[in-house]
Amino acid sequence: MEGTRHWRNVVVLWLIASLIMTPIVIFVFGPGLPPGNGSVEASGQVTDNTVLLATATPVALAVLVYLAYVCWAFRERTPEVILDGPAIRGNSSVQFWWLVVTTTLVLFLAGYGTVRLLADGAGGGQGPNPIAVPSAPGGGKPLVVQVIAQQWQFNYRFPGYGGVETNGIELPENTLVQFNVTSLDVIHSFWAYELGVKADANPGVNNVAYVTTKGPLLFHVRCAELCGVWHGYMFNQGLVVPKTQFAAWIARQEQLYAPATKTLPPYSKTYFPQPLRRGG
Amino acid sequence: MSAVGKRILWSTLVAAIVCVAIALYIGLYLVNVPGSAAAVSTSSGTRLYLATVPAAALNDAHPTWVSYYAVNANAQDWRHVTTYVLPAKTLVHVTIYNYDSPSALRNNFFGQSSGTTGGVITLDGQTTKGINPNNASHVFSIPQIGLVIPLQGISATAKNPCSNAPCSLSNNHTTTTFTFRTPAKGLYRWQCFVPCAAGYIAGFGGPMQTVGYMDGFIKVV
Repeated sequence: MEGTRHWRNVVVLWLIASLIMTPIVIFVFGPGLPPGNGSVEASGQVTDNTVLLATATPVALAVLVYLAYVCWAFRERTPEVILDGPAIRGNSSVQFWWLVVTTTLVLFLAGYGTVRLLADGAGGGQGPNPIAVPSAPGGGKPLVVQVIAQQWQFNYRFPGYGGVETNGIELPENTLVQFNVTSLDVIHSFWAYELGVKADANPGVNNVAYVTTKGPLLFHVRCAELCGVWHGYMFNQGLVVPKTQFAAWIARQEQLYAPATKTLPPYSKTYFPQPLRRGG
Repeated sequence: MSAVGKRILWSTLVAAIVCVAIALYIGLYLVNVPGSAAAVSTSSGTRLYLATVPAAALNDAHPTWVSYYAVNANAQDWRHVTTYVLPAKTLVHVTIYNYDSPSALRNNFFGQSSGTTGGVITLDGQTTKGINPNNASHVFSIPQIGLVIPLQGISATAKNPCSNAPCSLSNNHTTTTFTFRTPAKGLYRWQCFVPCAAGYIAGFGGPMQTVGYMDGFIKVV
């Protein structure tokens, strides 16, 4: 009877705490969760993070409420008498509900994660053969941008524009962009934070990540894989701009880098630079 | 003095010595700033003279490592520094004497110059937008401002190459000049993009990963 009363108290306290905290997490903390709303996929990740945090909140509260309650309810009121509690012999009801609740939660998260991955793809890239391809706004094909990492700079190649390579990046707004991420030397990671992309750049591998841009945006690109002494300096900025502005920018790049474009190898999803004359 | 007193005294002494040694180590580390060379202000503008060599001076800590040096207009007064001090928002005329042979680029993109006035460089007096990537010996690049300067290597059959710094203008070399406008005050990293570190994995170890050889800073003041 005493035990039932304690259980009821814990459950009621937990329910109250959850009813207060979960909406706060969803509506107050949720909108501020990373990586922001710089792209459709980034917004999806904010939603995913909010769902995960909202799911974890009642779980964390259950632990905290239980801990706080037992500390208070079962505190030693007569310290001069130290008695051990009764031995725990198992509680089939608790075990049953523990399994039911945790299994339900895990299955829900697995299902939710699968559905979301198929909808938006993975910000970490899907390897060379993506299975989740978001649909482009208004139909059509994605804009392919190859991200070429090397110690210690990201370059960008646009196969749809004569294979021109640039050392900066601009993207058109409201466009599905297909990042083909690769490396010429060691392992890097293309982390375009505001776009919701953090894709490994491995030599000899094409890692595909999709982004659907929204409106004008300044985004930051950093390498997220320790790649040598200047890893911390391997960063730059990019812009999402109106389509007309992008057209003008890429035309300027084609003109500016025309001499270099002539010397580049044909566009390929991966590159294997020639053996080095002096490299070890 | 009692045995316990002696023990306390010795323990205190040893602890004090260890503390002083640690403080010295940290202090010396913090004040150990690499040397720098400033651009020269002349009647014809601000000028910076650099040189690249296949191997550092014989008395260097790494006499087999490829390296940049600061020099004067006549390729003399060799200083082994890779931090260069330049005035902000100023046109700087840079001359680089290259005494090294080609290693070829890993990414041919860096065979074209960019970020310079007019988008061009002069190679041995000839104005050009870039070089054959296979003839690249080194690159002087400041990624943060998009500056890329490919340096052509000397011929493999050069009669009078220079093996170790310091070299002279009588040694085979190429001369690359360019002008660029410095950005706002700050610290900007520069590096070489040619995998030119002989004997290291992928040519990008050793001098490519050590400040003071094939990379450094542009300190804009």
